[in-house]
Amino acid sequence: MRFKWAILFFVLTIATVLTGCEQMIVLDPKGPQAAVQARDIILSAGIMLFIVLVVFGMLIYMLVKYRASKQGDDYEPPHIEGSPLVEAIFIGIPIVIVAFLSVVSVQSNYKVEAPPEGYEAEPLVIYAASSNWKWHFSYPEEDIETLNYLYIPTDRPLEFKIYSFGTISSFWIPQLGGQKYGMADMVNTLHLAADVPGEYMGRNANFNGEGFAENTFNVKAMSQAEFDKWIEDVKNTAQPLTEEKFTELLEHGHLGQMTFTGTHLSFLPPPEGEHGGHNHGSSSTNNDHDDHDKDEEHHHH
Amino acid sequence: MEFFERFAIPHPSPAIYASMVAIGITVIAIIAGLTYFKKWGYLWREWLTTVDHKRIGIMYLISALLMLFRGGVDAIMMRAQLAVPENTVLDAQHYNEVFTTHGVVMIMFMAMPFIIALMNYVVPLQIGARDVAFPRLNALSFWLFFMGAMLFNISFVIGGSPDAGWTSYFPLAGTEFSKSVGTNYYMIALQIAGLGTLMTGINFIATILKMRAPGMTLMKMPMFTWSALITNVIIVFAFPVLTVALAMGTMDRLFATNFFTSDNGGMDMLWANLFWVWGHPEVYILILPAFGIYSEVISTFARRNLYGYKSMVWSMVIISLLSFTVWVHHFYTMGQGALVNSIFSITTMAIAVPTGVKIFNWLLTLWKGKIEVTTPMLYSLLFIPIFTIGGVTGVMLGMSAADYQYHNTMFLVAHFHLVIIPGVVFAMLAGLTFYWPKMFGFMLNEKIGKISAWIIAISTLVAFMPMFISGLDGQARRMYTYSESTGFTIWNMISFVGAIGLAIGFILIVYNIYYSIRYAPRNVGSDPWNARSLEWATPSPVPEYNFAIVPNVKSSQALWDAKKHGHELFKGKIEKIHMPNNSGVPFIMASIFFIWGFSFIFAMWIPLILSTIAIFACMAYQSFEKDDGRYISVEEVKETEEKLGGTKI
Ligand code: HEM
Ligand SMILES: [Cu+2]
Ligand SMILES: [Cu+2]
Repeated sequence: MRFKWAILFFVLTIATVLTGCEQMIVLDPKGPQAAVQARDIILSAGIMLFIVLVVFGMLIYMLVKYRASKQGDDYEPPHIEGSPLVEAIFIGIPIVIVAFLSVVSVQSNYKVEAPPEGYEAEPLVIYAASSNWKWHFSYPEEDIETLNYLYIPTDRPLEFKIYSFGTISSFWIPQLGGQKYGMADMVNTLHLAADVPGEYMGRNANFNGEGFAENTFNVKAMSQAEFDKWIEDVKNTAQPLTEEKFTELLEHGHLGQMTFTGTHLSFLPPPEGEHGGHNHGSSSTNNDHDDHDKDEEHHHH
Repeated sequence: MEFFERFAIPHPSPAIYASMVAIGITVIAIIAGLTYFKKWGYLWREWLTTVDHKRIGIMYLISALLMLFRGGVDAIMMRAQLAVPENTVLDAQHYNEVFTTHGVVMIMFMAMPFIIALMNYVVPLQIGARDVAFPRLNALSFWLFFMGAMLFNISFVIGGSPDAGWTSYFPLAGTEFSKSVGTNYYMIALQIAGLGTLMTGINFIATILKMRAPGMTLMKMPMFTWSALITNVIIVFAFPVLTVALAMGTMDRLFATNFFTSDNGGMDMLWANLFWVWGHPEVYILILPAFGIYSEVISTFARRNLYGYKSMVWSMVIISLLSFTVWVHHFYTMGQGALVNSIFSITTMAIAVPTGVKIFNWLLTLWKGKIEVTTPMLYSLLFIPIFTIGGVTGVMLGMSAADYQYHNTMFLVAHFHLVIIPGVVFAMLAGLTFYWPKMFGFMLNEKIGKISAWIIAISTLVAFMPMFISGLDGQARRMYTYSESTGFTIWNMISFVGAIGLAIGFILIVYNIYYSIRYAPRNVGSDPWNARSLEWATPSPVPEYNFAIVPNVKSSQALWDAKKHGHELFKGKIEKIHMPNNSGVPFIMASIFFIWGFSFIFAMWIPLILSTIAIFACMAYQSFEKDDGRYISVEEVKETEEKLGGTKI
């Protein structure tokens, strides 16, 4: 029975994939939003595995039982039109599954699009702008800016304001939560939070040309106290970011990590509010950066 | 000098020089061969000017197989580059060109012509027609597709390949970030080929609605014809969107308009929306005919009627409607907010329901059957489990919050290959083996066929299952390299082994064709598989007029009824048959389109204007030409039938 072997092979492959789960970073969340996503992934994978097993089981059954070689020469397969009952079952069960997953999906959507619950502190706003093939992180409240690396406090909501100086990029820190696009004519908001101190991988996930593979950044999560200390250090040691310097940064391809006082937001405002091209959604929440949302007009520089 | 610099490749390499030489030698060899064997006349009369749907089908088939190998070489190059970390077989730029052309070639120039090949060959036979509704338009469709494909394929030796991904997202695909002519090739070649496809859509809708044999009501059409009808309806609704998007993209690139730019009011998201409003239905354009093939093959070799015929039809109708309501799932991450994502998440997952209905109907067609595992059946049986894996991971992707983690990763790549390969490629290989004796009058070797099916199926899993893991481990798609420390190495190595396996499987298919041409017995008769529908009631090879007498149909399995219940298919007597004349216009017009496209790509306005005029001249010539076709006399028909052993007179 070659088919049995084949099916066994399929099942084993799936099993290998599932046991590989342990180390996969998406399933090793370090923040509430990534945890919601990891839970959805495991849940839907489990239900889908059930469906796969049903299909495999039926296929094996049919092949074992109804192979021509197992039947007499005079066996004539009957003509069967179909049965409303059987079809109702095969439509009904998938509908129930899809309905259940839809409920889960909708709930999760509202969770990942809102500031994570249960955190008292004010959100820390960070502007994350990509340029070929770099990441510029501006901390407006702290009035500092970093290039290609990100320090964040734990146990505090983070509000990323994502946009791009050019191609579409996608801001992604898998262990803190899924990605969102950065585009040149609008600002997207991504709500994340980190629960565990540590170093995480961040990258641009949307293909944007030659330097794409190396379009990454390092993320370091630390306690609020350490974070405050880092801000202090930066203020005392880093050079100010001038318009001239920033233009120079934009021109370069890859660059290493850098730190500045001041942000580019003052002389090169992000595409939001009166500088925005447009927006097409409700990704923003009730937050003072977003009052332009009611403003339907398109402004261009 | 400046003029010629435009044609230079921006990133030449030894591989490209080698391909140039190879292309040159092949072209010279073909020309010399045709001249030596004095085959120019034959080629022109029998193939280049043909309007016979069967020959057009075969030409589509050959093009699709050639493109499968072109796309396959790209795939091997990509997997080889990623097999080990920090590899330098390809640099970033080449890698980007390779995955872009791989995607375009596979979807537009391999899968599309493959399904259209089978549609062309099978549909008129299955509905008992003598040809398609508009035979010349059909020839024009083929030649436009062919010239589009050729235009796209010369990009890497003249001027450079597109490198912005097969999705060609702006502003990356705009002139600011993609300076070479590569993306012009993308825009224009797809435009020309797409026009051909749109015409095919119209042609086949007319054919299926108007030219069915007497007695064949819609609900008595064989399932493949049903799938073709619905596919062509989707084509007619979806392809105009692509046409418009490509036209806007072309204007942005060549006339500096600002539809998709990031300033001056352009909207990059508009491209993404338009692309996927076409792109998602496109995946159903590919999969539905495949479903049709599986329905034919499974019921033939389960020796049973198709279970749940009506629910099969309805599920396709519902899929076709839903396929236009899910496009946003390709960019849940664009910031449209929880409400919009929720709506599209629900519509996306809903598609799984009618798809599931089909899977269960095939399984129930096996029930109480008498299953015979031939090569086409083997592909169909292997399709079920692998496609199920691809399908259920699609549902996982449909969960929009979770998709924030899958999007743009290898997980997505694994999903769509595990639906497209068993879905489209297996189906086409099944269809190819199934219809081969009808097309050429001999069978492909079963043993080699089955071995290659096993190799291809297992290699598909080996190549793509590891990507689920590396995707969840953070490997983004389209990265040309990665470092050792990421831990992706092992998974990419396994994928590479799978890719080699796939290549071996496909080479074995070519060997099978060679082997069978040489050794397979001829004259396998008109119905070698003991099949069920009308196409098997014609002699093999099928005469130009298909049916000497138009058949009379009682059910979706007309031939089976004739065989089992003594129902008489061919009533009446032979009459003279009206057939269209061959025409050189489609080929000539499409060749001018090639020049038109090439001039457009390189912004050479004088040849562009001249070829535009020439295209209109062809249309005018065609409209004023008086050609009422010709008649095949009764004697001639009788003679042919006797020779082929067809209809008894
Ligand atoms: C059960 C039905 C299916 C569901 C629920 C589904 C769902 C999805 C989703 C949500 C995505 C986007 C993921 C992302 O970009 O993050 C996707 C991508 C894709 N799917 Fe499916 N899918 C299904 C069936 C199919 C079929 C039948 C085909 C092909 C014949 C197909 C081909 C593709 C392709 C080519 C892409 C990727 C396009 C790209 O970004 O380059 N899918 N699918
Ligand atoms: Cu936008
Ligand atoms: Cu889609």
